[in-house]
Amino acid sequence: MKKTILIMMTSFLGTAVFAQGDIAPGEKYVKAMEALVPAVDTTHSMDGLTDLANSFERIANAEKTQWLPFYYAALCHINKANMFFTTQQLDKIDPLMDIAEPLLKKAEELEKNNSEIFCLTKMFNTGKMMADPMSRYMIYGAAASEALETAKKLDPENPRVYLLEGIDKYYTPEQYGGSKEEGKKLFQEAAKKMETFKPASSIHPSWGASQIKYFMSLE
Amino acid sequence: MKKTKNCFLLLLGLFLFQGGFSQVIIKGVIKDNKGNPMHGVSISLKDSYDGATSDSAGKFSFKTSEKGEQTLVASFTGYKPFEQKIQMENVPVSFDINLKEEITELKAVTISAGSFEASDKKRAGVVLNSIDIVTTASANADVTQALKTLPGAQQVGETEGLFVRGGTAAETKIFIDGTLVNKFFYSTAPNISGYGRFSTFLFKGTVFSTGGYSALYGQALSSAVILESIDLPEQKTASLGVSVLGLDAGYQSLNKKKNFSWGFDYNYTNLGLAFAVLKQKQDYFKVPAFNEGHINFRVKTSKTGMLKYYSNYSGSRLGFRTPSIDSAGYLDYFKLKNFYIYQNLAWKENLGSGWKFNAGVSFTNNKDDIAGALQDADHTTVSLVGLEFKNFNVSPHGNYLNAKAFFEKRLRGISAVRFGTEYNFSKDKATISDNSGNSYTYALKEHINAFFAEGDIYITNGLAAKLGTRFEYSSSLDKVNVAPRISLAYKTGKLSQASFAYGVFYQNPETKYLPSPNTLTFSKATHYIAQYLRTAPLTVFRAEIFYKKYHDLIKTGFSNGRDGVAINNNGFGDAKGFEIFWRDKKTVKNLDYWISYSYLDTKRDFLNFPDAITPNFAAKHTASLVVKKFVLPWKTWFNTSYTYSSSRPYYNIIYDGSRYKFSDRGLVPDFHSVSFSLNYIPAIGKKDPKSFVVYVISVNNILNLKQTFGYQYSYNGAKKEAIVPPSRMFVFIGAFFSFGIDRTQDAINNNL
Repeated sequence: MKKTILIMMTSFLGTAVFAQGDIAPGEKYVKAMEALVPAVDTTHSMDGLTDLANSFERIANAEKTQWLPFYYAALCHINKANMFFTTQQLDKIDPLMDIAEPLLKKAEELEKNNSEIFCLTKMFNTGKMMADPMSRYMIYGAAASEALETAKKLDPENPRVYLLEGIDKYYTPEQYGGSKEEGKKLFQEAAKKMETFKPASSIHPSWGASQIKYFMSLE
Repeated sequence: MKKTKNCFLLLLGLFLFQGGFSQVIIKGVIKDNKGNPMHGVSISLKDSYDGATSDSAGKFSFKTSEKGEQTLVASFTGYKPFEQKIQMENVPVSFDINLKEEITELKAVTISAGSFEASDKKRAGVVLNSIDIVTTASANADVTQALKTLPGAQQVGETEGLFVRGGTAAETKIFIDGTLVNKFFYSTAPNISGYGRFSTFLFKGTVFSTGGYSALYGQALSSAVILESIDLPEQKTASLGVSVLGLDAGYQSLNKKKNFSWGFDYNYTNLGLAFAVLKQKQDYFKVPAFNEGHINFRVKTSKTGMLKYYSNYSGSRLGFRTPSIDSAGYLDYFKLKNFYIYQNLAWKENLGSGWKFNAGVSFTNNKDDIAGALQDADHTTVSLVGLEFKNFNVSPHGNYLNAKAFFEKRLRGISAVRFGTEYNFSKDKATISDNSGNSYTYALKEHINAFFAEGDIYITNGLAAKLGTRFEYSSSLDKVNVAPRISLAYKTGKLSQASFAYGVFYQNPETKYLPSPNTLTFSKATHYIAQYLRTAPLTVFRAEIFYKKYHDLIKTGFSNGRDGVAINNNGFGDAKGFEIFWRDKKTVKNLDYWISYSYLDTKRDFLNFPDAITPNFAAKHTASLVVKKFVLPWKTWFNTSYTYSSSRPYYNIIYDGSRYKFSDRGLVPDFHSVSFSLNYIPAIGKKDPKSFVVYVISVNNILNLKQTFGYQYSYNGAKKEAIVPPSRMFVFIGAFFSFGIDRTQDAINNNL
């Protein structure tokens, strides 16, 4: 009896001890990502975004062949750059984009023809343009709209395509083909797509709900 | 007992359990080399998910269950990555990390004394890109005209070229992708300045060096303009332009893989319409007309390699009569025909392990046919006693080859060494026929071989030096020169830096003085430049003082009954001054302006000058104000510029049989010019415009001010006439269309 208990105990313990090492690598990866991915939608502080970007980058560097952590790390840096745009600290944008660019390139290398990556490319180019719109409009503006168009063609059901399109429309002056109303329509479209959108897995991009809500609340 | 034993086992189990899952804390503080805490640094165990980000006090802490030997890494942009092996036990680990700053292009000082750099590569010091040039009111989309709004260049309007810091236009050389461009400007008549032959949109970067430039460039005593051509286009485009001056049409292709592109365009320019409206000083019987074609291809030879070819073919003609200054009632007849071919092939490639290779070759063929004559009121050529020389034909024909190749090796950080060679060949031949039907042919062949080496040494992000030497051999002079160049740059603040440059520059005598019956040598200039530069994201302030010493300038004289023969290299001179530049895109939204001011004090004794004097191409004070306002609702740029130059001296120098002397001298009035232009771009902001149109209106000298560049004298010196622009005001109206050919579908298909 004692022996049995002992054996049982040790075997149990053994399992427990080695459990960490024995979990399928994919599972460990998914778990770590699942803990971080929801924060993408809820983190709105500079430090929070830096921390989140670093966490994704650690996973990216450890895994090496997964595109998602690279994608998310780049996304966090670009979101940070967007915050600097809202505070008009334009000189802070380029250094962040320099960090985001190789991460984005890495994601592109690992995953071809993904609507989400083209969305991120669009955000990257728009960010670059915003740092000096007068002299960068021609290059980055064109690259941004081409990327968004490709993203739409690859997945017309991707709500982030409509969110980004909406932001463009909403903030572009009317003389330049912008329209607050059309922007709002696009936010509504994004919200609708968001309801039916099913990410490929628990850790695939599904962010945007809080942003859509915010933009829909604007006058 | 049984219970106790069980309890013990359970405890043991718990202990073991804990041990198996025990997480160890790793914590510490991260500081930079100055001991300041660093915020936002990423710390992790290599190849694990475990790590943290440092807080504002530089502190970090994280838990890990990794065991055994691990590598702790810390990384932060602009700093050398930190790595250390640690042995993970079951005890907390405490670590203090010092990160060392890395020398990066972004943070390091720029070796900038003497030069204005404008390109997308370097954010700091961006001064003029192609959009800046086309929106500069006075520039008419011409590169050198735009450079004249920067400090260092004179407002010389009677002839083309850049007169920099007391130097002649011949002392400025222009390079495309590293190789020399001969005959950069269109051929024109005396006292009419020619525009550059090359479209602004061919270039993505411009460096305007007003002194102290790199050992890669030579044969220019004063200045180097270094133009870098564009790479592959973004998309296929067709373009069409219509203006009061002519028509142009072009096509630029791009393959699906975006690694090969070719294109061509053709333009026809005729000034007839413009001259019909804007009365010219000259009476044209052949209005200036140009036929011009361009062909290019660009190939991405590897991930980092690029091969570019560009060629320019042009033919032009013009002819006019003006009342002759030499003889009342008679007319001066002038006719010019020009044929020009320019080809440039440039190749660059990364060879791996920090090695880069650059090579380029340019070939130029230029042929002018010029006829001059004295005619009577009925347009019949006459020969008057003493003025026989006015009837002539001259046809200079030049073939030029310039080739350059160099290697670059990256050293530690961003330090680098470069070394290579340049070969320049020129063959000039001119046939001159005079009034009596005699003709003479002059021919000159010249080979210049150069070797150069230079090193960029970055000691820290705040201190850098560029050391170089250039060695040249000229076959026509049969002489050798060695030119050392040194530049230093020191960071004085986060946005500001101070730099210093010293350099020796050599140049062969201009071919018009060759071959000479006398032994000649290189002319020489020594530059000393000190600069202060402050570059904030949307503002630039630059102040520079310089001293330039000229040695061995060409002196000309009478020889065998001919004037203007190079006699010796006994000429000398100097130039000193200071310059200020301020550009601001920040203070007013959508308003961009810059101000330049140059003070120049120069004297030289060269050519036929009786003694050391301020040359007629040098004004003491030169200033420009360039303002551009983009009016968002109208999608229009409104641009205006004002240029000022204080009075330049003028001289009439004559030979009295034994020596040169002044028969007249004085100062021309101050020069003022206000120009205005607008660019209306209706497609701005349109989503995926299939076509893109730019409408341009520009007016030079909109206030119709009288401008005098100097005076010309009759042959006998009795009559004096002001040299003025052909027309006071000039107006340009045009529309330029480009049709982008949608490639989105291609991009998708290509990726699938």
